[in-house]
Amino acid sequence: MLLEIIMIPAVLAIIKIMVIILLFAMPLGTVLTLMERKWSAMIQDRVGPNRANIGGFTGHGVLHLAADGLKSMFKEDTMPKGADGFLYLIAPFFGLIAGVATFAIIPLAGPIGNFTFQVTDIEPGLLFIFAITSLSVYGAVLAGTSSNSKFALLGGTRASAQMISYEVFMGLALMGVFMVYGTTRVSGIVDGQNEYWFGNLIPMWGVFTQPLGFVLFFTALIAETKRAPFDAPEGESEIVAGYFLEYSGMRWSAFMLAEYVALVGVASLITTLFFGGYHVPWLHLWENAPQWIVTILQLLKFSIFTVFFCWFQIQLRWTVPKFRFDQTMALGWKKLLPLSLANMIVTAFVILAFG
Amino acid sequence: MTDMSAIQSQTDVNSSGEDFSASVMSIEIGPAHPAMHGIVRFTTHLDGELIVGMDPEIGYLHRGFEKESENSKWIQIIPYTDRLNYVSPLLNNIGFSMAVEKLYGIEAPRRAEFTRVIMGEISRITDHLTCLGAVAMEIGAFTFFLWFIKAREYLWELVEEMTGARLTTNWTRFGGNANDLPDGFLSDLADRLVKLKDVMSECDKLLTRNKIFIDRVKDVGSFSKEDALSFGFTGPLLRACGIPYDVRRADPYSVYDELDFEIPVGSVGDCFDRFLVRMEEIRQSILIIEQAADKMPEGPFMTDERMMHYPDKKDVYGNIEGLIDHFKLVMEGHQPPAGEIYMPVEGGNGEMGFYLVSDGGGDPVRVRMRPPCFNLVAAMPAMTVGHYVADIVPIFGSVNMIGGELDR
Repeated sequence: MLLEIIMIPAVLAIIKIMVIILLFAMPLGTVLTLMERKWSAMIQDRVGPNRANIGGFTGHGVLHLAADGLKSMFKEDTMPKGADGFLYLIAPFFGLIAGVATFAIIPLAGPIGNFTFQVTDIEPGLLFIFAITSLSVYGAVLAGTSSNSKFALLGGTRASAQMISYEVFMGLALMGVFMVYGTTRVSGIVDGQNEYWFGNLIPMWGVFTQPLGFVLFFTALIAETKRAPFDAPEGESEIVAGYFLEYSGMRWSAFMLAEYVALVGVASLITTLFFGGYHVPWLHLWENAPQWIVTILQLLKFSIFTVFFCWFQIQLRWTVPKFRFDQTMALGWKKLLPLSLANMIVTAFVILAFG
Repeated sequence: MTDMSAIQSQTDVNSSGEDFSASVMSIEIGPAHPAMHGIVRFTTHLDGELIVGMDPEIGYLHRGFEKESENSKWIQIIPYTDRLNYVSPLLNNIGFSMAVEKLYGIEAPRRAEFTRVIMGEISRITDHLTCLGAVAMEIGAFTFFLWFIKAREYLWELVEEMTGARLTTNWTRFGGNANDLPDGFLSDLADRLVKLKDVMSECDKLLTRNKIFIDRVKDVGSFSKEDALSFGFTGPLLRACGIPYDVRRADPYSVYDELDFEIPVGSVGDCFDRFLVRMEEIRQSILIIEQAADKMPEGPFMTDERMMHYPDKKDVYGNIEGLIDHFKLVMEGHQPPAGEIYMPVEGGNGEMGFYLVSDGGGDPVRVRMRPPCFNLVAAMPAMTVGHYVADIVPIFGSVNMIGGELDR
């Protein structure tokens, strides 16, 4: 009886959403806030957070997660004088919703019979991602314009220009991937990466079929999520905090959480599109492998790659300075755009010539 | 929607009376703002992101150093000088003491002078480390900043070893220093310099050839030689423009003429040149310290002239001259001969000069300090107009405004 209810597609989808968001995206995003502080401390010869404790137990700073959450909840939710109330109040959640929605089409492991480890495998596939990331622009723009603060306005303007521009290159950089695997459907792209070149030597991962596409897409995604070195919209040294300058308490936390959820989203998208998704390379050589072991290995592989790319983005942030806003735009329109167009054309010719 | 008139402020008329169009937005950068190291306000007029005008407003840290000095004994002014350029307090101590010595017409013993050179160069290094670290941090290279602060910590421990304090050093006296080199100081110094060189080469690899960093600072805030001279620039910013003016060479004081070092110069005076000049000056200062430590002579660290320092206790209680000297020094203070004097030394930011007027009494008639960063801050509008708002950060960072020194 219970199983029947669970297997109703709509119910199943909701359960999957809950599981993926509550057990994968949100925890990883939250833990990353701590990991970033710890990792950056390691890079910078510091100790990092280690003070919050319960009866002397610090758990290497894990309790800071609880402390930060509690602090944000009890902080006053301020609103500046002259702010546009409704827009000001809803703005923080656009980014968060967009970040979480990315996970709807990402498969965490291969299907077992009819059951898929993916909320939905819709036909437009990645076009859905583009649509959703466009939505997250509204978060920054509304926060910037409704705060009645000049610094926030500058930040919101920068954010909107940057995010709208980089969407273009994001789409163009992925055209090569669509052509190589002949589909926009995520499961199709993931399965396409399970083929091999030269017998069983090299898996046809996106990073090997589309190396330039990988670099361009990764760059565009980091810019799209406004992470360093593309964090001019926040510009904490010149425009203080940019578009979320006036926020406090949980609304401010929503912006922070959105950033880290987007970080995980970027990492899992990169894993899915360019590193074979959940497919463990050369696993097909092991004949008659039990299904449960395969699934666990796939979940592990996906998680390891995702965490690796999260780490990579954090490492990037603490190693390089940030671009000035006009340099970000120049990089996009003058370098990434011609490169991604060239990548698309070359890919098309290669496919035409060699099938 | 938001009331746009609140965001787009009304037409502004800046101090020069120039009328900007209605599309200009004025933002207040400072007095409390992440990029303002000291406390200063820049009312910045923006056309989009482009800076079209800027009005600096200084004075938030005015403490009345000069007026306060007129009501103090000469020796009581030394602790006040700690608070001038609080990133390199020893240089201020040295500058003021040398000015008073010039007024007296005496010189400190050679051992005191070599010790002063070592401590002064340590202070110059900490000044440059702080400035470069802050520039890097504000354009996003936070790691670089913390590595430099780590290096500064090595040096401040030396300062603490020598003076007993990290910032409020109060270390020099007229005709010498408060104390001699502590035991083992020179070997500690050698250890710390090795560590400092490690950090320097690490940071060099991290940032100096980083494309993003170069893009951010190259051709930002360029300043011609003529403009720099007309604004009265001194120090690293003037040298970045290509003029090799350094008080240590132009008007050698202390024992700098016995030491071998070079004056690095830039070419176009942009923020990248300023960065490179300061990096090279740190290396030159390390060379100076090493030479001074090698040549460190034996001898007294304090002059033995009467009425310059408190006599030993055995003299105070043992003979009448000692007792009288002690009484007069406590009751009347040092009494330099009447006259006026200007004594420039090379501070962290440039020429730091003390202009002293004495009437032969225990209180100075006038104490005036030439703050090197005053002229630099005055040139902020000239340097920033035409750049983007994000360029304020490296430009103002490389100006290295120190509130205590600027506002006195």
